[in-house]
Amino acid sequence: MINKTIAVAAAALLLGAAQQPVALAAEPVRIGMLTTLSTKAGYLGEDIRDGFMLAVEAEGGKLGGVPVEVSVEDDERKPGKGVSIAERYLKRDGAKILTGIVFSNVAMAVVPKVVREDAIYISPNAGPSRLAGKGCHANYFNVAWQNDNLHEVMGKYVSEAGHQRAYILAPNYPAGKDALAGFKRYFKGELAGEVYTKLGQSDYAAEIAELRAARPDAVFFFLPGGMGINFLKQYAQAGVDVPVFGPAFSFDARILKAVGDAAVGVHNGSQWNHDLVVPANVQFVHDFREKYGRMPTLYASQGYDAARLIASALKATGGVDDLDALRAALKRADFESVRGRFAFGNNQHPVQDIYVRRVVKDDEGIRNETVNRVFEAHRDAYAADCKL
Amino acid sequence: MLLFFEQLLNGLQLGITLFLMSAGLTLVFGVMNVINLAHGSFYMVGAYVAATVAAHSGSFALGVLAALPAAGLTGMLVEALVIRRLYLRDHLDQVLATFGLILFFNELVRVVWGRQPLFLDVPGWLSGQVELIPGAPYPSYRLAIIVAGALVGVALWWLIARTRLGMRIRAGASNLQMVAALGVNIRLLNTLVFGLGALLAGLAGALAGPILAVESGMGESILILTFVVIVIGGIGSVRGALIGALLVGLVDTLGRAFLPDLLRLFLPVAQADGAGASLASMAIYILMAAVLAVRPRGLFPVSHG
Amino acid sequence: MAERRRHWSRERALLVAGAFGLVLLPPLAELAGEGFFVSTAARVLIYALAAASLDLIVGYGAMVSFGHAAFVGIGAYVVAIASFHAGEGTDFIDGLVGGSEQALLLWPLAMLVAGVAAALIGAICLRTSGIHFIMITLAFAQMAYFFFVSLEAYGGDDGLPFYGRNQLPGLDLGDDTTFYYVCLALLAAFLYLSRRLVGARFGMVIRGCRQNERRMRALGFATYRYKLAAFVIAAMGAGLAGALLANKSEFVDPGLLHWPLSGTLLVMVILGGMGTLYGPLLGAAAFLLLEELIAAYTEHWMLYFGPLLVLVVLFARRGLWGLLAGGAAAAGGGGR
Repeated sequence: MINKTIAVAAAALLLGAAQQPVALAAEPVRIGMLTTLSTKAGYLGEDIRDGFMLAVEAEGGKLGGVPVEVSVEDDERKPGKGVSIAERYLKRDGAKILTGIVFSNVAMAVVPKVVREDAIYISPNAGPSRLAGKGCHANYFNVAWQNDNLHEVMGKYVSEAGHQRAYILAPNYPAGKDALAGFKRYFKGELAGEVYTKLGQSDYAAEIAELRAARPDAVFFFLPGGMGINFLKQYAQAGVDVPVFGPAFSFDARILKAVGDAAVGVHNGSQWNHDLVVPANVQFVHDFREKYGRMPTLYASQGYDAARLIASALKATGGVDDLDALRAALKRADFESVRGRFAFGNNQHPVQDIYVRRVVKDDEGIRNETVNRVFEAHRDAYAADCKL
Repeated sequence: MLLFFEQLLNGLQLGITLFLMSAGLTLVFGVMNVINLAHGSFYMVGAYVAATVAAHSGSFALGVLAALPAAGLTGMLVEALVIRRLYLRDHLDQVLATFGLILFFNELVRVVWGRQPLFLDVPGWLSGQVELIPGAPYPSYRLAIIVAGALVGVALWWLIARTRLGMRIRAGASNLQMVAALGVNIRLLNTLVFGLGALLAGLAGALAGPILAVESGMGESILILTFVVIVIGGIGSVRGALIGALLVGLVDTLGRAFLPDLLRLFLPVAQADGAGASLASMAIYILMAAVLAVRPRGLFPVSHG
Repeated sequence: MAERRRHWSRERALLVAGAFGLVLLPPLAELAGEGFFVSTAARVLIYALAAASLDLIVGYGAMVSFGHAAFVGIGAYVVAIASFHAGEGTDFIDGLVGGSEQALLLWPLAMLVAGVAAALIGAICLRTSGIHFIMITLAFAQMAYFFFVSLEAYGGDDGLPFYGRNQLPGLDLGDDTTFYYVCLALLAAFLYLSRRLVGARFGMVIRGCRQNERRMRALGFATYRYKLAAFVIAAMGAGLAGALLANKSEFVDPGLLHWPLSGTLLVMVILGGMGTLYGPLLGAAAFLLLEELIAAYTEHWMLYFGPLLVLVVLFARRGLWGLLAGGAAAAGGGGR
């Protein structure tokens, strides 16, 4: 009798003990990354992922001392796919931190769902205006920029350089519209043309022909990834003799590599460049080149900063169990960005310096050289609309 | 006016590319009565091989030359392994089997060449412009495509109309059974026709490579246009493929170029551009529906004996 | 005779087992700790509904439509647009037609709109046959696709997200398990009705058209009208599937109307077994589950799936249902 009772009691105790979460042998924090790894813009997602993982691997699989498990999936630039991947991360894997989206159209479909499920989204790239203003949310952080920023800086620069008739182009999707809106906000001259192309379009013969006929004195275009490569090559082939400007997205290291001489002399706006004299940046560029054998693009720098931001927050909270504490820690942005000065505004978007770069050719090859700091501690135009 | 002229040439260039694609497809369909959805895959193979060979050898011409046998051989292989078994099946089976081939080829290029698109460069000697009309420079490369396509068209016409092989092909398009009864090796004929079609598709892919991006799935978008072309032109007719291709190329390009401007008279810019692009894309389908309404078998149907 | 009875009970047994399995799936999944699987299973059921509706015209009527996805998309957009307006508090037509989230209103509406679209499109397409029919259904589907792409107000190419599934009185569709059972019930209802239809005179006429349309006309049947009716009914089934799909992801995009989806539906039909109605369920399950399972191991699952599909078409013409349930199960009957 007593043996039986003891046996049952022991069994109950053991079962009870087994139910207790053993807090010390912690489950790694799951981070769900969905990004664009295929299509002509696939290398953007690759760079974000590589930059992010560089930071994770530097800490031996941890961020801020907390072990993390990063899942990476390809959204193929399709909002529908992004939504289903996010659903899987949230419901099947129980991830509380999501990141990675490159394109604003995917972001517009995915982010509102993620933040509603009470998970945190940290954007290493896409920064649509809607999510910076009226659609802002306490669970949404953007560590890169708000879409308009890099175009605003060029609007200002192109004006100040004395150009008065600009022809502007961008793809017809949220970031494209933000781009031209940003440029127009700071450009003081008149527009010779404003064109929205199809996202993913390859052949720009029609647009270049129209551009030539409009006789502008400056061309500003936003075409990220392979679209930019195609456009620049076709532009050069068409022999249009008008100076070209754009955001860093149109002139990143990979585009320069593919386009070659056609890009030399072009000016572009960026919040980061490989030659910024910031200790964290020197370390980052060196480590990245050593590990991956190529020059990082600004996307890689953004991925890296995103990981380091998360690391700083995890260091403070120790995990994702207390989301309020995590949010507060994230907002403090207590990490060393490769850009130098970095802080979050009220809408949890960056307040940072933005530069203008020029494409040069020398013994090291064709690369971007920082020319000027045009904006200091620049805030995006939508922060006032955000109720945070 | 000059702008219109430039767009006209662009339309011609697209038309010629479509002609290269559709000539092969319409022959295959006409002679062997097989729908081949995987035709776009030969286009893709041609582009990939051209890009790879050009990158390694530094010569664009070599790349294009390499693309031809690569695509042609792939075509003949596919014919021997799969298509041959589909001759007597109904169209649904053919559609589905070749749909499976598309999935396979798209993944195959990803496995072999990776996810990133390849970039094929326009050769130096073609990267300038030509002033056909003073004041309207046109990229030499696109002009070269038009010329190359026209030459291929002439060669194809000569092949079909003036050689024995061509005679057998034409006869086969009319009545394959009779041709077989007359002692012609149908198996060989089918394989050759299929291989020829694939070769033309590969050429189209190699030529289009510098303008578009060489990536997995690039065959799909041009495949749809190609089907529209052969339906408009009449299945089995190379002449129909030419006329249909030029029509579709012009309608699509001119539509894309001028419809947004037309719509800007009524709508705000971003909307006009978006709607204009969509309407332009719809335009060729509306064209096809209209042609089919009047001529249900296309503009130049081949009479089946 | 004994042999026929054996085939009958094999098919019957399969159906009963399948029904049991599907009903018990959610609790079993929970027990196995794979609660998320219910969500995947619901997706399979929705695609099965779309594929079954396609089977109605392809398998029984030999009308190979390469544009069926358009009707799925139309149904989905009806639901999405109405729900979007309800969520934003705006009107569809100012002052007249507002948004709504009521499933009992929206789902029949989705079916109705899809049906009307099918009546218009079918009226033109059914004047052709063979390859021209395939191409012209494709053409109309593409037109519908580009139409939705041009709808800037509803997201255009990026699609339209909305927040919250439709409301069914007494049931919480937001709960994945409840939603699964609703999908199951609707699929079962559609299959039952279709079975009745196929067995009735209407079905006979359609099957007769498939064998020899000229003969049917000689017998005095207005074949065009019957085919059009079948086309419309199939589209309504697809529209319902679209409504469910929209609810499932709370998101729609024009990709739902794009031709690869039409191709996928055809694949599901033939994979499962054409002209069987139950086959498409197997086809949908095989396709989607293979996608999930193999994709977990290798990203190159299409490399294996492509040739598999080719082999199925070449050698296993009867599809999975035929393989499992035996010869008499292929109700399409007759020659090809």
